[in-house]
Amino acid sequence: MLDRTQTTALTVRWTTGHETMSADSDADRSRRFREAALPHLDDVYTLARYLMRDAVDAEDAVQECYLRALRHFDSYRGPAMKPWLLAILRNVCVVEFGRRSKQPALADSTDAEASADQNPMWQEPEASPEAALLRRHDDKTIRHLVAALPQPFREVIVLREINDLSYGEIAGVAGVPVGTVMSRLARARSMLRAAWNAAEGSTP
Amino acid sequence: MNCSEAEVLINALIDGELDAGHAREVEAHVATCPSCAAKLAAFRAMHQAMAETDVKEKAPAHLRSRIEAALPAATTRPEGSGKSRQMTWRTFFGGLTVGAVLSAAVAASLVIAVFRDDRNQQITGEIVSAHLRSLQADHLTDVQTSDRHTVKPWFNGKIDVSPPVIDLTAQGFTLIGGRLDYINGKEVASVVYRRREHVINLFVAQGLGAEHAAMTGETRHGFNVRHWTEGGLDFWAVSDINADELDEFCRRLTTALHSVPPPS
Repeated sequence: MLDRTQTTALTVRWTTGHETMSADSDADRSRRFREAALPHLDDVYTLARYLMRDAVDAEDAVQECYLRALRHFDSYRGPAMKPWLLAILRNVCVVEFGRRSKQPALADSTDAEASADQNPMWQEPEASPEAALLRRHDDKTIRHLVAALPQPFREVIVLREINDLSYGEIAGVAGVPVGTVMSRLARARSMLRAAWNAAEGSTP
Repeated sequence: MNCSEAEVLINALIDGELDAGHAREVEAHVATCPSCAAKLAAFRAMHQAMAETDVKEKAPAHLRSRIEAALPAATTRPEGSGKSRQMTWRTFFGGLTVGAVLSAAVAASLVIAVFRDDRNQQITGEIVSAHLRSLQADHLTDVQTSDRHTVKPWFNGKIDVSPPVIDLTAQGFTLIGGRLDYINGKEVASVVYRRREHVINLFVAQGLGAEHAAMTGETRHGFNVRHWTEGGLDFWAVSDINADELDEFCRRLTTALHSVPPPS
């Protein structure tokens, strides 16, 4: 163990180091937050657009998300910054904006899942090998197809395919177990596939 | 495996969330089920299409500046008073804090030990997955030759290690080529051998974080894996040949490594 002299020396050095840190911690903190959080602005905005649909609501949600994130930045210990921000954004959308959004944004999650249960996707006609070939769509059409999915399925597709999160990260953002993420994603892709092939587009 | 089980796993396969064993199961099901095969192809095509088209929204410039303005500016706070008060407070608790720092260090070393074991497990899993990929994706070799003087220079400049390439044809292990692969997000060299109809992948890497000086062996998803460290390089031999033959391969390889000075 350390003898008394060593302990004192260590204490002084540690304390001095800490003083220096706390003196400019505000500026430092703000700078660190900008560097960590702002690169994910497009991802946060994308999820907001798909959840809120209304552009003005989406922008308000994104701003509120960043202000909240800054307030909680001191207690941030992970996960990765992107899923952390997206989880905050989703929370903002649910709590603050869910009510006043023109189209119900997140409120009817369970309803949508229940109605999807009544119309299971595996009743779709047996796919022939030809049906495996997808129509080609431009980005505008693809956005419309994704936006037309019912809420929990839209959310999981956006988080996976556009925000590029892992299943574990999606579970954290959506606040559901990984198993639920997997079954939602399976149904979401089946729905999207049906809509994809029904939409006007060029055949491959 | 039935189709509704397969449906969930097909998605996990596309998203790279399946371990090697499940990946093999779902691929076996897809091979016999046209409906699931069509589903896999369609999901994969959508996944690809969304990755390639510009479906991500760009945050408008006015939103970016609005947020920038709302965040506190990164200006330095003037050196405050109250510093001397903090100093006494900290000096008082200082000794206590050092104690806490020390026990945190002890705790951290425990975490590292546990984590390292996990990490070895995870790397072994990735090694087996890479071996499986090399068999399934029809991408066994990037350079196909039985001449070690062709294989070895091929790795130069592609990777930061120079893997030893040893011809063991005389010993019954035919050198068939080399390949670049990825383990844990890092480029590794694979030297590929064949024993009768069986493939042996010999992965060679540096600083992957797996630590075993002595040779270790285990079986994963029916594949035998041998791992050892030598001359600062990590070696993994993976194959479906039986354990005795794989041991023989490793023995002959290390013997040859020691007896032949590496050609420059």
